[in-house]
Amino acid sequence: MEVLVILVPLALALGLVGLGGFLWSLKSGQYDDLEGAAWRAIADDDPAPPPSVDKTALHQPK
Amino acid sequence: MHATRDFSHYIRHPESGLSHIDLAVEGVSCAGCMAKIERGLSAIPDVTLARVNLTDRRIALEWRGATLEPGRFIDRLAELGYRAYPFETVRAEAVETAQSKFLLRCLGVAAFATMNVMMLSVPVWSGSGGDMIPEQRDFFHWLSAFIALPAAAYAGQPFFVSAFRALRARTTNMDVPISIGVITALTMSVVETIHHAEHAYFDAAIMLLTFLLFGRYLDQNMRRRTRAVAGNLAALKAETATKFISDMEISDVPVAALHPGDIVLVRPGERCAVDGTVIEGRSEIDQSLITGETLYALAERGTAVYAGTMNISGTLRIRVSAASEGTLLAEITRLLDHALQARSHYVMLADRASRLYAPVVHAAALLTMIGWVSAGASWHDAIITAIAVLIITCPCALALAIPTVQTVAAGAMFRAGVLLNSGDAIERTAAVDHVVFDKTGTLTMPDLDLTNGAQIPPEVLDLAGRLALASHHPVAAAVARAAGAKLPLRGIVEEPGQGVRGIVDGVEVRLGRPSFCGADTMANEILSADPEMSAVAFRHGDTSYVFAVRQQLRPDARAMVAALRRRGIPLEILSGDREPAVRAAAASLGIPQWRAGVAPAEKIARINELKAQGAKVMMVGDGLNDAPALAAAHVSMSPISAAHLSQATADLVFLGKPLAPVVAAIDYSRKALRIMRQNLWLAVIYNALAVPIAIAGFVTPLIAAVAMSGSSILVMLNAVRARRVTKDHA
Repeated sequence: MEVLVILVPLALALGLVGLGGFLWSLKSGQYDDLEGAAWRAIADDDPAPPPSVDKTALHQPK
Repeated sequence: MHATRDFSHYIRHPESGLSHIDLAVEGVSCAGCMAKIERGLSAIPDVTLARVNLTDRRIALEWRGATLEPGRFIDRLAELGYRAYPFETVRAEAVETAQSKFLLRCLGVAAFATMNVMMLSVPVWSGSGGDMIPEQRDFFHWLSAFIALPAAAYAGQPFFVSAFRALRARTTNMDVPISIGVITALTMSVVETIHHAEHAYFDAAIMLLTFLLFGRYLDQNMRRRTRAVAGNLAALKAETATKFISDMEISDVPVAALHPGDIVLVRPGERCAVDGTVIEGRSEIDQSLITGETLYALAERGTAVYAGTMNISGTLRIRVSAASEGTLLAEITRLLDHALQARSHYVMLADRASRLYAPVVHAAALLTMIGWVSAGASWHDAIITAIAVLIITCPCALALAIPTVQTVAAGAMFRAGVLLNSGDAIERTAAVDHVVFDKTGTLTMPDLDLTNGAQIPPEVLDLAGRLALASHHPVAAAVARAAGAKLPLRGIVEEPGQGVRGIVDGVEVRLGRPSFCGADTMANEILSADPEMSAVAFRHGDTSYVFAVRQQLRPDARAMVAALRRRGIPLEILSGDREPAVRAAAASLGIPQWRAGVAPAEKIARINELKAQGAKVMMVGDGLNDAPALAAAHVSMSPISAAHLSQATADLVFLGKPLAPVVAAIDYSRKALRIMRQNLWLAVIYNALAVPIAIAGFVTPLIAAVAMSGSSILVMLNAVRARRVTKDHA
């Protein structure tokens, strides 16, 4: 049962990483345009010169 | 005088040297459009960001340097085939967006905590009584507390804050029992864990929060999207005014950028967008939208004019006294606020029920606890049962039953082109079994249309259209629209009260009154054949043509009549117009019931007569003379082009040219009402079943949380069905 000492913190840490990822994606505006994102995924080529996503979010109306 | 477009009002500078503008854009619907627009705009030098938001139909643009003129983006988009206009986020929408993001963040935290607490809880349940030693169980409980307590403190904020506000105002809302339930469950669990007890209820508390947040988020998001659509609509209307930036220089600025003290130019045929005082010029003005007076009034130096006034004959300079309260954006925002906040009968019923319900819940939980203790149960078991009762009876399903349906239906109706102006419009519209129409501006288009375009050679029509651009007269505007004219001719002179004339390739051209163009005989032929018709003549050298212009029926009026008939709803026309015109319209639409030359009082009398026969009448009208009839009817509807007064009286306002929104409003309302009733029953049945079981002590707090959230989600999923109505096949 000593393995719990490793496994439980590991599970929590993984969960926290997931949560951190979610909060980051939310902050960087990845949920602002769900319909557009769905189409972008199947677009033939990158339509725009890749504007970094978090930059978009920084300049969204506050 | 050439006017420049000034969009500086909309430009923001997120960092120095960088400019940002948001555009609302029309007609973007797929990946193709998105790629085309982004490629097209990125090709402009200095543009650093061009990103389409397909959900909200907007474009975010950024560029370096000060040389780039935003008007260029709009022109480029027009070349690509999209109509766009700068967009300013109204405060209400910004608040909704921020709230929606906060709820999503809370939901993320709560969901993370729920997953991890469940991961710890499942081994405790399956291991208890078996091979799990008490130290391990305590360790898992402490870990759960470590995850659940901070998570609940963060994710529970929307509920705690609202409950605290209600308590401070000495009222109670449904967030009060939720907060009490969650906080007691958590406190109990900590006490249990300290005493090495077998059960803790961190899982129940945090799971409850997760499900409730899910519901709140959906609700909030629906509202946010409706606002976004409304914002675009208002932006694309592109209400501008011509402002003097110096004594001689003028610029087209958005109405929103005008401030008191600014001086604007109002040309003949333009509608004044602001309240103000005339400082120069002399003209006749049409104030029928504001005062109802159809005779033109004289405006000269010192005359006060109001937003909505039409300038008829001369050019006026006006000093702005109040900025744009009467803009379309203000109007639509007001309508939406009404729709979202106004309380319908059912919402009031549900509200009252949950207000009464909250004290009942608390009393029931307290009595359960006292009952169990006096029956000999331990305090500990009694409190656990009481928590279960508190959670399971939480009136969320009841409170969600009506507002969710209303939000979904309002959103769906908005997409179909209908704005709700009063809170109980949905319920009243659902009951409609008789529709009365006004003719002018309602069954017919508000603007004039050219009827004999096919008999005129295209090159003549083209030239006449370009010439017509120089005039602001409504009849000339109809010719310009029919010709699709874009390029105005140069050197055109306006002869007041007569028409416009100029020289093209050495030949004189004229457009105006038939007498001005020497075409009286031709015009009289047309006018005597149809009394509804207006005639405008065009003369090119020695040849003259006469354009016949009249109000046309709305494009889908016939289809709308057929659709209403299929639903078994009788129609009727009550018009103040002359008999031949009404007879012709009724005959062409196949409406047997019509009356012409009806005065406003007679309209009310007819509606009351129908009411007395037990009919639920919907009145659809636009004019000022319809306003009393609109108020008298069971439910009323106006086109957005209608006079302010009738718009304010109408329960529903519809957008755009087609009349299909009338049918859509009835369909969506009927469906929404059906779902509201179902939802109320679902909530009542759930409570009737669950509460006795919980009081009897058969339910643990975890099961209570699942059952309560389940009922809320069921009600919400049912509400989503209000988005769609069965398409009827014509």
